[in-house]
Amino acid sequence: MILSTPLESRHIALGAKMTEFAGYNMPILYTNLQEEHHAVRKDVGVFDVSHMGEFIVKGKQALDLVQRISSNNAGTLAIGHAQYSCLPNENGGIVDDMLVYRLPEDMCAAGEQAFMLVVNASNIKKDWDHIQQYASDFDTRIIDISDQTGLLAVQGPKALELLQPLTDVNLKDIAYYHFVKGTIAGIDNVIISATGYTGSGGFELYVENKDLVGLWDTIMGLELPVKPVPAGLGARDTLRLEMGFCLYGNDIDDTTSVIEAGLGWITKLKKASTFPSKDIFMAQKTNGVTKKLVGFIVDDRRVPRHGYPVCDADGKEIGVVTSGTMSPTLQVPLGLAYVPTAFAALDTTFNVMAGSKMLRARVVKLPFVDPNSLP
Amino acid sequence: MNFPDDLKYTTEHEWVRFTDKKTDDGRRIVEIGITDFAQGELGELVYIEVDTIGDTVAKDAVFGTVEAVKTTSDLFMPLTGEVLEFNTEISEDGGDNPGLINSDPYGAGWIVRVALTDESQIDMLMGVGAYRELVGA
Repeated sequence: MILSTPLESRHIALGAKMTEFAGYNMPILYTNLQEEHHAVRKDVGVFDVSHMGEFIVKGKQALDLVQRISSNNAGTLAIGHAQYSCLPNENGGIVDDMLVYRLPEDMCAAGEQAFMLVVNASNIKKDWDHIQQYASDFDTRIIDISDQTGLLAVQGPKALELLQPLTDVNLKDIAYYHFVKGTIAGIDNVIISATGYTGSGGFELYVENKDLVGLWDTIMGLELPVKPVPAGLGARDTLRLEMGFCLYGNDIDDTTSVIEAGLGWITKLKKASTFPSKDIFMAQKTNGVTKKLVGFIVDDRRVPRHGYPVCDADGKEIGVVTSGTMSPTLQVPLGLAYVPTAFAALDTTFNVMAGSKMLRARVVKLPFVDPNSLP
Repeated sequence: MNFPDDLKYTTEHEWVRFTDKKTDDGRRIVEIGITDFAQGELGELVYIEVDTIGDTVAKDAVFGTVEAVKTTSDLFMPLTGEVLEFNTEISEDGGDNPGLINSDPYGAGWIVRVALTDESQIDMLMGVGAYRELVGA
């Protein structure tokens, strides 16, 4: 059975091209992928990302459990902060990537903490089962609120100005990767989070499903400073890829290491708590890894795609492309690939095989698009 | 979606137009492009590559590639023939405007002109009714 978000009929009414993604019938684009992409970079776009999964972890040892399963250090999170992290498996791979929110404790008993883990829709069941293996050692409750929770990502440099009239919360005061629980568009207890996966700033709004259509209609009815553009998963992919952000299932998976994937910055090996594969990652950090995820641009008009082989100058296969697209901002084909460490330095060249055609590729610095250069 | 009655279609979502032109040695010339359905599925096209000009390409073999932002797709030859011409309005060396395929897939967005080798293959193409059925339109 294909699942749907409460906004499915809105997407269809807007003429969206729908596709099954992670079991949900989701909008891939509404009218034009590149226009949606540019709207987010220059103005503001709105994504329905309600398919994402949300788990609440609550209890006297909630922090201890999160520390036990998460690669990043949740101990540094004050209430109102969020962080990007991973759920490593025991074999040096990644079960999922996620956001960890430290929630207010107004709904908690004395001495309890509360967190929200936001995970990929395709991994909700796998993540749940994985976390359960560790949960019984801790005095916590885990609640899967994915089915009741809607999520809009309002992204772009004009998101703040667009949304501010809808709320008394001073949006300017919410720093990047911080959030406030407040009232917006007349809906109480919305998590207003200065996060997103586009590199263009903006907010993510977590609401109960019953309030989602109303919130969407209110936001899509706004006209100042600009009308928001509905944006689909296609633009979401090109936006994240220009930032070099990993997509689970493409660039990272159960077999890739956080160190290989360049996610050492969310892998806090010095935190006191153990977490799955901590020893493996520590050894990789000390001894080095044999392959690395790199960003590359292609000197051709052909576009690299997930799964295309990477070859050295002698034609020997040495790696694989994990993501690729035609960058709407830079108008060049670019991608991410796992290559041997010897090929990972900036300006190293290799070839990407598009069928029988050889594309010349060069390693470049990530992000491809500097967020500070954007409006 | 628009599917002209006077064209023939393939399961790979290409169309074939039979022109009244022939080569000097009497081979029939056809125009080939991709259908309205195909351009809609691919989305905005950013680059078209045809590197088989002058080659005789067998039916169902790849004669080129289309790049959209989100996907790459091969172009398959509907009928065996010699690739005479690649639409210069679309090609990189000419107008470099692959968006013509999105805006006018059966007109300005034609892709190649081909001189047929074996006209008996024509019977293997689909009429508009069968193609509409294939794409559910």
